[in-house]
Amino acid sequence: MNILVWVAVIIILITSAGLLIARDWRISVVFLAAQYLAMFILLLPHLPLGMASVKVVTGWMCSAILGMTRSDLTEDDSEESLWPRGRLFSLFAAGMVVLIVAGATPSVSNIMADAGTAVTAGGLLLVGLGLLHLGITSQILRVTQGLLTVITGFEIIYSSVESSALVVALLVIINLGLALVGSYLMIASQSREPETM
Amino acid sequence: MTTNAPTLWILAPLGFGVLLLFIRNVRAVSALGGTLAVLLALTAQFIPIETALRFGEFSIKIDSSISILGRVLLIPPAEGSLLALIYAGSSLWFFGSLATERSARVAPIGLIITALMVAALAVQPFLYAALFIEMAILISIPMLSSLYVTPGKGIVRFLIYQTLAMPFILLAGWLLAGVEASPGDLALAAQSASVLGLGFAFLLAIFPLYNWIPMLMEESPPFSVGFLLWILPTITILFGAGFLDRYSWIRSSPQLISALQLAGLLMVTTGGLWAAFQRHFGRIMAYASVTETGFSILALSVDSRLGIPILFLLIPTRALTLALWSLALTIMKENTETMRFSSARGMLRNTPFAATGIILATLSTGAFPLLASFPPRLALWENIARASSASAVWMGLGILGFLVSAVRSLAVLAMADEFTSWKPRENLPQMIMLGLGMIGLFILGLFPQIVQVFLAQLPLMFEHLGR
Repeated sequence: MNILVWVAVIIILITSAGLLIARDWRISVVFLAAQYLAMFILLLPHLPLGMASVKVVTGWMCSAILGMTRSDLTEDDSEESLWPRGRLFSLFAAGMVVLIVAGATPSVSNIMADAGTAVTAGGLLLVGLGLLHLGITSQILRVTQGLLTVITGFEIIYSSVESSALVVALLVIINLGLALVGSYLMIASQSREPETM
Repeated sequence: MTTNAPTLWILAPLGFGVLLLFIRNVRAVSALGGTLAVLLALTAQFIPIETALRFGEFSIKIDSSISILGRVLLIPPAEGSLLALIYAGSSLWFFGSLATERSARVAPIGLIITALMVAALAVQPFLYAALFIEMAILISIPMLSSLYVTPGKGIVRFLIYQTLAMPFILLAGWLLAGVEASPGDLALAAQSASVLGLGFAFLLAIFPLYNWIPMLMEESPPFSVGFLLWILPTITILFGAGFLDRYSWIRSSPQLISALQLAGLLMVTTGGLWAAFQRHFGRIMAYASVTETGFSILALSVDSRLGIPILFLLIPTRALTLALWSLALTIMKENTETMRFSSARGMLRNTPFAATGIILATLSTGAFPLLASFPPRLALWENIARASSASAVWMGLGILGFLVSAVRSLAVLAMADEFTSWKPRENLPQMIMLGLGMIGLFILGLFPQIVQVFLAQLPLMFEHLGR
């Protein structure tokens, strides 16, 4: 199990950094789905199998919702160029986040009722890289993926201190809601009429 | 017959709101939503919770709680007046949407949002409220953005900022429990206070995290945004006051009082100053909402025996002012291209009721005498001045900003070309709704005691605050 959780952390590192640099939406949806599989492994030490399974299935449903919506839309990769968009820049920023996470993990693990180094590191990586993602994009699909990534990281950390069925149910609703809202906004963003008020 | 309060004031409006989404007739939806909200408000005010009522052979009792998935939704008897206030405030928007066909989604989605916000106040343990607030935020997106209009940056920032609040609040709740268990751990106390502060900074859009509000007012229908700018901060402030009430070490911390005062003053002052320089009517209302939240935070920073009644008095005035303002902006928007000063010049002659409504709402936010916001602002100003003259001056600067903004708005709205005739384009329902709103502003300003029927019992919902 110990090796498995560290494998999950490595998967998280690859997928969340991959989300940052992926240009093709298909690849980013696959990365998101893989991220939920890694979350499932990290949840197992603290949640019953049933609850962890609910979360991973929800995550895959979110990925499917976003992927299906995006597949129906026309190709449009226009994005603000306020921030550097190069892959090298994204990887460098991700590296900084990884360093910060490595420094913060022991103390956060201690605060979160000894959640475990791997679980805390995985959760913090998702939160950190998700926030980075939110900071460098304004595309609806990417913003939704960033928010889902942050919430996934939070769920991993929070599961070590709270395993109530109500919280799990509400977080499932919120995850699905975010995916649906993201899809709604993606469809709306295809409209060519920005409203002026 | 026995029922329970959460079913009556959370599940029923939630289900009814969903049903209303399937009705096509806009006016019927608004009327039904408004009527239900008024009925729920009256029931909450006049039928006591946990007390059996006998009507001949028939008796009815409303239990205070219901258990869901091992947790409890609890509405104690002391919160009856609060529910009445929340549903009465929401009904202003639902009935107001009768006057404009552009706000078809306000009643059904608004009802769902109101029910979720009440659930946020009712859920035990109370820190789970963050989850219900987040659900309300997600539900609000279709109300703010049409499927046929490109969403702007404001709505994306709104979604991001409000969603980021949830993890912070949930984590803070858990950390605070740790502080309760080991009160001597100062490091843990500081960490939990910081996390809690960040959560509320996102949720309440505290300076400088409020940039999405003016953007949203430019991009989205003002009436829908107005509803959100009333209900979200109102419930969040009460949720935050719940934290203060529950944890004595937070309540008694002088640093927290200073932080609240600083945050409140920053919001009041920057909101007022930015409003004074805006050239867009929607953005002025956005900054008014920022300032209103600042006043509520300031009310929490003064002695709670005075601050809590002021906080509750701010709720109906905020509801009425924003409802009138957002309705007036919606009607004005229907008659002009944009809400920019350049487009709205001389609108006083085309939409006299809407233009007057905008001016009065701006003046009310600026604590103009005889208008609704004057009594609570004056009481708050007096208390702030007692603690610090400098703070009172900063607060005055914010208020002055809105008075300047009101004068500028009046000048623009009255600035018609020479020999332009008066051609009111508002229809009768719009005139009636706006007229009632304006009369309401004067009534609340002249006779603030009439809302005491709702407010008198409200401090009882707190165990320590206001005592």
